[in-house]
Amino acid sequence: MPDLHWTGARELARMIEGGDVTAEEIAAAFVARSEAVEPSLHAYLHPTFDEAIDDARAADRRRAAGEARSAFDGVPVAYKDIFCTRAAPTTSGSKILDGFRPPYDATVVARCGAAGLAMLGKLNMDEFAMGSSTENSGFGPTKNPWDLERVPGGSSGGSTALVAAGGTPWAWGTDTGGSVRQPASLCGLVGVKPTYGMVSRYGIVAFASSLDQAGPVTRKVEDAAALLQLAAGHDPYDSTSIPRDVPDLVSGIDGGIDGMRVGIVREFQGAEGTQPGVAQRVEEAYARLEKLGARLEEISLPSFEHGISAYYLVAPAEASSNLARYDGVRYGFRASGAPDIVSMMSRTRDEGFGDEVKRRVMLGTYALAAGYYDAYYGKAQKVRTLITRDLERAYEQVDLIVSPTSPTTAFRLGERTSDPLAMYLSDIFTVPVNMAGNAAISVPCGTSPDDGLPVGLQIIARSLDEQTMFRAAYAFEQDLGWIDSAEGRPSL
Amino acid sequence: MSTTVEDRYKTTIGLETHVELSTSSKMFCGCEVGFAGEPNTRTCPVCLGMPGSLPVANATAIEYTLRIALALNCTIAPRSLFHRKNYFYPDMPKNYQISQYDYPVGSQGFLEISGDFGTKRVGINRVHLEEDTGKSIHVGGSGRIADSDYSLEDFNRAGTPLVEIVSEPDIGSAEEARAYVTELRALLESLGVSDVRMEEGSMRVDANVSVALQGAEEFGAKVEVKNMNSIRSVGRALEFEEKRQRDALANGETLVQETRHFDEKTSTTSSLRTKEFAFDYRYFPEPDLVPFQPDPEWVESIRDALPETPAARRERFATTYGLSDYDVGVLTSSVATSDWFEAAATVYAGEPKRVANWISADLFGLLNEAGIELAQAKITPAQLAGLVQLVDDGTISGKQAKTVLAQMFASGSDAQDVVADLGLQQVSDESALEAAVDEVIAENEDAAAKVRAGQLNTIGFLVGQVMKKTKGRANPGIVNDLLKRKLG
Repeated sequence: MPDLHWTGARELARMIEGGDVTAEEIAAAFVARSEAVEPSLHAYLHPTFDEAIDDARAADRRRAAGEARSAFDGVPVAYKDIFCTRAAPTTSGSKILDGFRPPYDATVVARCGAAGLAMLGKLNMDEFAMGSSTENSGFGPTKNPWDLERVPGGSSGGSTALVAAGGTPWAWGTDTGGSVRQPASLCGLVGVKPTYGMVSRYGIVAFASSLDQAGPVTRKVEDAAALLQLAAGHDPYDSTSIPRDVPDLVSGIDGGIDGMRVGIVREFQGAEGTQPGVAQRVEEAYARLEKLGARLEEISLPSFEHGISAYYLVAPAEASSNLARYDGVRYGFRASGAPDIVSMMSRTRDEGFGDEVKRRVMLGTYALAAGYYDAYYGKAQKVRTLITRDLERAYEQVDLIVSPTSPTTAFRLGERTSDPLAMYLSDIFTVPVNMAGNAAISVPCGTSPDDGLPVGLQIIARSLDEQTMFRAAYAFEQDLGWIDSAEGRPSL
Repeated sequence: MSTTVEDRYKTTIGLETHVELSTSSKMFCGCEVGFAGEPNTRTCPVCLGMPGSLPVANATAIEYTLRIALALNCTIAPRSLFHRKNYFYPDMPKNYQISQYDYPVGSQGFLEISGDFGTKRVGINRVHLEEDTGKSIHVGGSGRIADSDYSLEDFNRAGTPLVEIVSEPDIGSAEEARAYVTELRALLESLGVSDVRMEEGSMRVDANVSVALQGAEEFGAKVEVKNMNSIRSVGRALEFEEKRQRDALANGETLVQETRHFDEKTSTTSSLRTKEFAFDYRYFPEPDLVPFQPDPEWVESIRDALPETPAARRERFATTYGLSDYDVGVLTSSVATSDWFEAAATVYAGEPKRVANWISADLFGLLNEAGIELAQAKITPAQLAGLVQLVDDGTISGKQAKTVLAQMFASGSDAQDVVADLGLQQVSDESALEAAVDEVIAENEDAAAKVRAGQLNTIGFLVGQVMKKTKGRANPGIVNDLLKRKLG
């Protein structure tokens, strides 16, 4: 039998079904692996290992009684600490929510629970999902299992570090400007940003409401499709969730890409700051897609160059409002010794929030101020419309668009913390997708010849066309064969 | 002849009215709406603004808002949006209020008011939907937040659907303002969308008042007046404010833009804060909700189903029932009263005016004495109609009916039963009265002789004697006839 902790969730489900292994044995293997790697990684904020083993045991009993909740009943999962969970505290990586225990589960958590998934714990992240390295966590940074001196990316860095190290077969992250795809790329994993409205945001601590979307982090493409399938679909508790049935994302995944038209973005070629090794691996990936039958076409997305600037108005503006509720009045951290309510609120926020959060709250407050609204927030929304139109036009010509996920491989801890703009540019290829709301995936395309670190290929699909996206990613993954080779695993 | 201060200045008033809707659940969550309950028991993650919670708009609240906007003759926006209004206050769970900004549900309507000033149309600038805040209780000090020892928060009210109705600055006096609030309150009540209890805060009115010289091109400094908790307070507060501003201007003082607080006890206003630190609410479209586009057919079906307006009802009561202005006023003072009257008038065989008199004079007297509303009274409309019928057919006298009504009011019994219990049936049967009449003639020979001699005014004395003998049950008309015949 292979090492359980390097086995994907779908394969684990097949093994349980075949009677080769119990859910309890699987949970025990991932708990053991998590315990082994955690001291090096700091991926967890709230482990729930005992409960996970109890849950897996209960799943085995259900299966024996013919009452399994799903094929994945008892398979472990872990959540970015942005998902509200009754069974564990939820901090969103912020000291201001230290000790907060939600009295409700996020819809994603509830649906995965209904399928019987056993929660291993809650994972580290940049505070309120603001960051690209997980260094902005209020509880210390997470390390990249490929190189412990480097960041795992962010903001879902806890999720990607743990999956990359074999600590969980899959995990949930959230992606507001690239926060699933970029860390997945930096950790050699699959990361999905579904179409906006595909997955309920209910119970996910809001960063930027019009951009936030939960997405799976996995080693294998088929697992990403399967995990998304478990949680996707309309939720009456989220007015922005799309009221339509989710198609079967898994069964047609091996349909191949023969004849698919794939667009390569002219403006991204030779984009400033792209490492040569990253460019090389991505060019090879394009060639591989062509070899698999895709027709490559050059397309133009002129508005994409404004993506980052517009994003850094829209996201902070919404965040400044979303984060106003953390005031010490009702829950979470409250500063002590304040003489009156105003100073209690401002001291709580001063002591509870980290620097990046404060920076963005100030940016957003300014962008929404009377007299500046039209020049900043209003104009940024117009850019957003342009990006959406550019994409719609491109999809008249092609079925998918490809690009690097991140211009660089994993950078060193501390390398960009003093330069917020350099940090923001990590998301140059991913941000426009959130602005338009489309679906996108990052899939590994090997390691960079420069530094031996993983490189990710981004595949951007039409809105609600996850099926085509997964088919292409799956075809590419299978042909590359990297993730199932020894090369596809960090040596940690 | 010198002009008075009143003539030289022009008053401009605009009113902002907040109305809590009487939907069963809150605006953006499933919590029950209502005043009762221990603090913070009617709450959930959504109305407590917990992390990750999301609003879902209440369709009934939107329907009620459309009802209000249509009844106020507004244009309905084909596409309406919620915005976030951002400011920090401890009774606001999210530190922003979900409200509406440049795309309100309704705009450009009007409300017709009338009074001693005549009849006029007050423009309605907008009708929009938002959520209410929680309630703060500041403990210690003056009861305001600034000097309190600590504050308690109750979020039961947080998230209650709230409609804001903003008038144009078309109101020219405290009297007109009072008429506007009275008419608006009656209209909202007839729509069945709110309790409209100003004392309990389910209807709240703020005023913007400015006074300037007649003919001045610009309005005077805008003064906002808050804390007017009854229609009476609105009138008193605005009378005070109008006079204060006129006097100040007459004395050469400069008025400042400010917010003033009305004190019920002293009937005066005092400065709460000047507008020097104006809030910037940083409005932006609420990203957690999608714009709503009410189906035009739905809007039309709501318009078609609008109940009769209070103005139309007043008109109808006057023409159909021939009621006096006074009775119309009393009987249309609330929907419940109107309906009660109409229910009684329907079962009553005679002139509806008769029933109206009994309600507006006698029944309302009893209600006031008991300090209760008509809806709480034990007597039913059919029972009152029955009572008036007994008077009409001579079973009891009008005077007796008042006694009977008091009994019915106390017990909820039918008029017939009360009359029987008290033994009050009027005796109109001549043969039954003849003995008593004969006895009285025999006992009062002198008086009888005078009547025989043609002194007809003495007959009243003899009638009185018969009434006394029959303990008031004799029908005085019949007695009168009998006496005349016997002594004639």
